[in-house]
Parts: sequence; C-alpha cells; structure tokens
Amino acid sequence: MISKVRQHPSQNESLLFETSSPGKSGYQLPDLDVPPVDPRDALGAQNVRGGINDFPEVSEVDVIRHFTRLSTWNYAIDLGLYPLGSCTMKYNPRVNEAVARTEGLMWIHPYQPDALSQGAFAILAELERVLAEITGMDAVTLQPAAGAHGELTGILLVRAALEAQGNPRKKVIVPDSAHGTNPASVRMAGYEVVNVASNDRGMLDAEALARMVDEDVAAIMITNPNTLGVFEEHITEVASILHSKGALVYMDGANMNALAGISRPGDYGIDLMHLNLHKTFSTPHGGGGPGSGPVVVKKQLEPFLPLPRLERAPSGWSWNYDRPQSIGRVRAFYGNFGVLVRALAYIMAHGGPGLKRATLDALLNANYLRKLLEPHYEIAYQAPSMHECVFQHDSTGAIAKRLIDYGFHPYTVSFPLILHGAMMIEPTETESKQELDLFADALISIAQEQPDVLSKAPSSTRTTKVDEVAAARKPILKWSR
Amino acid sequence: MLDTIGVATPEDLYAHLPEEVRFHGALRIPPGKSEYEIVDYFRARGAENANHHANFLGAGVYPHYRPVVVDTVVSRAEFLTSYTPYQAEISQGTLTAIFEFQTMICQLTGMDVANASMYDGSTAVPEAAMMAMRITGREGIAVARTVHPEYREVLGTYTRHQGVSVTEFEYDPESGQVSITSLEQALDETTAAVIIQSPNFFGIVENVREIAAMAHAKGALLVFVFTEAVSLGLLEPPRDADIVAGELQSFAIAPSYGGPFAGILACKQQYVRQLPGRLVGETKDTNGNRAFCLTLATREQHIRREKATSNICTNQALIALMATVYMALYGKQGLRELAEQNLAKAHYLGERLWRRFRGPYFNEFVAATGIQSPEEINRRLLDFQIVGGLQLDRFYPELGNSMLLCCTEMSRRADMDAVAEAFGA
Repeated sequence: MISKVRQHPSQNESLLFETSSPGKSGYQLPDLDVPPVDPRDALGAQNVRGGINDFPEVSEVDVIRHFTRLSTWNYAIDLGLYPLGSCTMKYNPRVNEAVARTEGLMWIHPYQPDALSQGAFAILAELERVLAEITGMDAVTLQPAAGAHGELTGILLVRAALEAQGNPRKKVIVPDSAHGTNPASVRMAGYEVVNVASNDRGMLDAEALARMVDEDVAAIMITNPNTLGVFEEHITEVASILHSKGALVYMDGANMNALAGISRPGDYGIDLMHLNLHKTFSTPHGGGGPGSGPVVVKKQLEPFLPLPRLERAPSGWSWNYDRPQSIGRVRAFYGNFGVLVRALAYIMAHGGPGLKRATLDALLNANYLRKLLEPHYEIAYQAPSMHECVFQHDSTGAIAKRLIDYGFHPYTVSFPLILHGAMMIEPTETESKQELDLFADALISIAQEQPDVLSKAPSSTRTTKVDEVAAARKPILKWSR
Repeated sequence: MLDTIGVATPEDLYAHLPEEVRFHGALRIPPGKSEYEIVDYFRARGAENANHHANFLGAGVYPHYRPVVVDTVVSRAEFLTSYTPYQAEISQGTLTAIFEFQTMICQLTGMDVANASMYDGSTAVPEAAMMAMRITGREGIAVARTVHPEYREVLGTYTRHQGVSVTEFEYDPESGQVSITSLEQALDETTAAVIIQSPNFFGIVENVREIAAMAHAKGALLVFVFTEAVSLGLLEPPRDADIVAGELQSFAIAPSYGGPFAGILACKQQYVRQLPGRLVGETKDTNGNRAFCLTLATREQHIRREKATSNICTNQALIALMATVYMALYGKQGLRELAEQNLAKAHYLGERLWRRFRGPYFNEFVAATGIQSPEEINRRLLDFQIVGGLQLDRFYPELGNSMLLCCTEMSRRADMDAVAEAFGA
C-alpha cells in the first residue's frame, strides 16, 4: 500500500525562450552617473555584437514563477529519505546557509590584501585543523572543488613525492568496486590503472594484492568502507604490503561518514585521502554541486601540497607561494570558500562527541534497514554493513522506479559494477525510525508486486518513464526555434 | 532499533572492526555549539575581513550586483537539497533549468553545445586543452601570456603528466593584445590548441578572428577563454573559436573569497563526444510529453572509467542555476545595458589615468602608477574605505608600477574620483 504520498496537481511550464516576449525585462539598473560611452567608438565596431538572438525577455514575476514551478518537479532531501548509496544525502542544516551569507564572508575578493582577510584565514585554518584531527592526518589542502578533483590532486601528490625520491613509478592499483572517478583520476595523473578484483566477501584480497605489488606500483586507491558498505578488514595489512614496496596508500574518503569519531585512517597506514564535504559534512548537493574535496595527508607529503599554503606570522595570516616542491595550482584562488564555511559550521554544531554520535546513528540506520529488508531481498555479501547496505535483484532498475510511486527517491542502481543487480542503500543518520519503516514497507510491498506494475513505474509522476535511449541517439542539447 | 538489529549498544555496530583501526580517544574538537554561537562566530570572522569597502579589484573575480531573486530561487529546497539528476522522472526541475542554461550559454558564446558546468574557469581551461589534444591527435598547447596567470598555472599542473608541451606566447607591449609575431613562432604542426582570453587579463579585447585564422591555418583549434561574462553582453561572441572555456562568477555569484564559482565549457557540434562533464538532452516520456535527462554518458567516468573524457563528476549545478536566473532576469536588453554601464564606468576612470596599453578595453585596464608605487596608492585609498587595484608585477615582473583596475555598475563616481586623485590625476 502506498501511504507516504498522494497526487496533487503540478503546474505546467514552458521554457523561458517560449514565454519570452519582446520588451519584457526583470532587471533594474541605477541611472548612469558618468557620461555614456559609444561601444563602437570604445571597442571598435567589429567587436560589438548585435542583439543576443533568442535570449529571454521576461519579467521578475515570470522568473519567480518559472523557477518555482520547475522546483516542484524535483525530489529533494527536504521532502524525504534520499537513500542514494555512496552519495550520503543527509539533511543540510540551514544555519550553514545563513552563515555562508554573512556579508563579510560573501563579499570578499580573493586578491584583497591579506590584512583585510584575516577572518577568512581564521576559518580556513580552523577547518584544516579539525579535518586533520578527524582523519588522524598532519596537513590539509582545502582547494579541490569536488571529490574527483581531490583524487587528481592526491595522485599528483603521490607522483611528486615518488619523483622526489627519483622514480615516479608507473601504475596505480584500483579495486574493481571503486567509483569510476578513481581510474579516471589516475589516468589524468599519467599513471596506468591496474584493476584488482574483490574476493567473495566483497573485500580486497590481501594475498592476491601482495602478488601484484612491485616496484612499478606507485599507490593503491582504496575506498574504505568500500562501495559495498563493508569495512576493508585487512586495511593495515594492505598498507604494509604497499609500504614494503615503497608505494603509498590513498584512501577515497567518500564514505568517511562511516568512520568520523570511531576510526582515523591516518592512525593505521593511510598516507593521504580526500574528503567530500558535500557528503560527510552536510553541505548541500545543489542538484550536482558545488562540492568540495579537501585532501588530508601525512607529514611526508606536506611539501608537495598545492599552492598557496596558509602561513601564520606574528603579524597575522598570509598566503605562502614559496613552495618549490609543490605540485602547483589545482585551481584559481583558494578553494570553494563558501562550501568550506558551511562544513566548518556543521563540525562546530556537532563537536567531537556529536560527530561520533552522527556516525553511530548512520550505522544504526543502515543496519536497521538491512535487518528489515533481509527477509525480502538478497543481501549481496554477508560481511557486516557499515553506513550502507547493498542488496541485489535482477529487477533493481524497475524496483527503483517503482519506489518513486511510493514517494521515495530510489537507491543507487547497478553500482558497484561488480555486483549484478546492485541495490545500494544509504539512509544516513538524519532519518527517523518512522521514515525508515515507511521505506522498508515500500520495498517489501514492491517485492510482492507483479512485473507489469514494475515495468510501468513510475506511473504517478507528472513525467512518466523517460526515454533515455532516444535522448542519446539523436541528442538535442539546446532549445532552438 | 537496537533490538531489531540484535545488538546491545550502538558501539556494537562496529565491534567487528580490527582493534588497531579503532579510535579510542576523544577528538580535539570542542563539544557542539548552539545555533546562536555558530552565527556569532562567523559574524565575528566576517567583521575581521574588509567590510563595506568599495572595490576596484577584478582580475577574474568581479563585483557585480546580485539581484535578490537569484537567492530566492536557489534557496528553494528542491534545488538546494537534491542530488545530481540521475532519476529523470523526479528531477525535471533541475534538468529543465540545466537545459535552459546550456541554451543560454550557446546563445551568449555562439557555440553549438555547452555542458552543464565545470568547477570554475581555471579548471575548464585544461579540460579544453585536453579536449583539443584528443580531437587533433596533437600534443602542443600554445597559450597567451595574457590568459589569467592562475589559469595558466592550473593548465600547467593538469598537463604536466600528459605528455604535453605548453608554450606561452607574448603580448604586444603597445596594444596589450596578443603579439602576432610571437604567436607565429609558437604555432606549428604539433599545436593542438591556441588558447587566448578576451577581454584578456589586462582587460583588453583581442582580435579573435585574426588569431582563429592563424590557428586554423596550422590545423590547430582555437580555445577562447573569458573571465568576465558580462562582456558577452556587448562584445562579439567568439564564433570563430572551436572551444570556449569561461567563468560565470560575474552572473550573480558572490566573490566569496574565490569560490564556489561556475565554469563553462562549450564547443562546436562536431566535438560534442569529446566534451567532458554532464550534458542534459531533450526527449519524451511514455505519455509523449517533453522531458529531459542526462545524456551521452558514455563520455563519462561512471561508465568509461579510465577511458573517460575526464574524471569530473560533481560540478557546480546550483551555481550554474544562479547564473541561469541572472541571465533570465537581465535578458536580452538588460545584459547589454549592464555591459554598457560597465564600459562607461571603466572609461570614466580609465581616460583620466595613464593607461599602459592602447588596445580597446571593456571594464578593466592597466594603469601606470608613475613615480608612486602601487602599494602607496592602495594604502592611501584604504583610508577612504577603498580597496584599490591589483599590483601587476606579482604576475608580470616586467610590469612594475602598474595596477589592474576594474570598474563595474557598482563603482560609484565619487570613489572613482578618489582613485583618480590618489593617482595624482
């Protein structure tokens, strides 16, 4: 039975270009207080464009209605459980939004004198400190704009550190359960990708790994807990295998929300890792960004961190650009500052004990769901679950679409790739027992439904099943008359 | 819940972790703070930064007014707290907005296809360069020294291990535009892309058509970079370029000490399969209604892994939405009027100072500071709550006693007069 939702009318809405009508506008500018300049005189006639063809002409009310109507066509964490495995869709506290809009934090230019940016420096320094503390690491760069950007930065750090010892080496080992960003990042850093298969418990096989690691291996990229939600129990052994051959251990910290407060990767052989502030530290996903992917490292990698670095002198904070061993810049300016502010606010609200509490609640919610669903769905691996649980079913895609009719966003479908029919479920710590029960009821109910009901899902949405094949066959990537 | 799971305490949930990986200490992070304390902390930090200063800094980050409606839209929880729109049926809001974004970027730049956004302008540049290398099968990149210096540094970091040779070519010391002779020397049969920025880092408008013809004559692509999106309201779009990489910060995105911003990557139709990042396409649902979905995913890392066009996954969707709302509000007429105001303000100040370069300029220009040092001028301006320009020898050692100044619609006449006075003009 579907109890969480019922249908209500939603507004139709055309594209801006279709509602546009000549002469309408939604902007205001003050009267010009200086003499006007003829663009053709100032820029040369050949450099001045005609009107922007088909650019919208709409009023302020048109704009508000347009985007408000569009917004009602989206599902969101603020509407309910969003159990995308590996994506960590937790509640985004609104105080974080408020503080990021503080006048003195929003309207500061990256090139204004350091003396006029001391408040920003203090925030960055404190965030670096707490991220190092949470991960057991020694130094942090806050610059990477997202997880994949952090991965690239991290592998460039590996390369720089090995190069400094005389040989950058050739290969990076990536488990077959890894996110696709891992092998793609490795390639961009100029390394060859070597895939390693998981064993029948969904973990890395230490013995098989030991046979693969030689002096050509620069590093391993290991996600822990891995994408099956399973803690790699041989992690310390894996680290010693790599270290014994002079290679480094990179951890993909996408799942750090399973470890904060209970396990610090820097304490047991991880040399560097990235964090996704838009996952573990609750900054909003915004429909696909902005994110932030700081990289935390052990002391020996610190000299190679991207430019510039925070530096404190008695006179105050400043940026240090004199770092001869640095990998260089990975982006302009200093990072997604507005996202960093939100993450620090989240960490302050929780404090040390609260971060551990959040982790335990994430484990509790995932294991509770696993228990409720185990009688009805096949769990992929018997190994204990951390913050997410992965089931498998031949109809994973159809079940996911049917969940939409029950008022939920689907889980992550068909990932990790190594598992046929993966259903990867991550409830996060911010869900109540009531919401989890409703979700479990929905999945249990779907398990008993007829295949033809599933194949038509979703049937209650304003947009029914979308033809993705047609979209790719003949791509229409912009509006035209 | 513990009973259902069959454990006694939450701690039992990770009892299976090996002893050596378990953290038994207490994190050195103070206990949780209340909402008031958090707001107070950030207010205090904000107060330690420059506040209510007039600002003449541009250089890739421009102070433009941000209409209130932009924040109203992006505060909608359905945009703010949704994920990447993989599940098209319940993500039509985000998908439709991205489709409109892609369309407007094409209209602005004269390109055929635009992706859903990149991290920022600086990272869009190396992605464009690598795209050009894949398309041409060549390994040389020629980049103008008038491209934003930090963008060029990022290009260096990204391409260092890709077997790329990056050559920089000079600017003409008179005009401040690309030196055609230097470009000629940098260009050969191994050049995959020529990368220029316009208005360039000095605020000067480049002769895009001429440079494009030179690049194309050698079989290279032209990558056009912009950092000041407002200029596209007035300047001829880079139709002769093959790839456009730019930064949209000017479109309602607060300076925020350098991020989050939104980059764009757009190209000619024939290169779409080499374009990295998310793309939204139009299709239909089973009822025949227009619908949108992510498409051409076989370019991307989650399908192609190490063979993908890029490792990019999360981009800057919400920031791109800000820019979309901004473009909708200003629209055809407003963007032009806005650009004309920027032009007029910059020329009001620029014509009173001794400008280093003769080339046409939009809303930024390089002023020579004469016998005074830029530091002295800026120090004096601070007394009037004015943040002056960027001292250029930081990036261009040959440009001593030079300052890059930016004027926008937010520059007040009185403040511009104060700057002119500080220069002794």
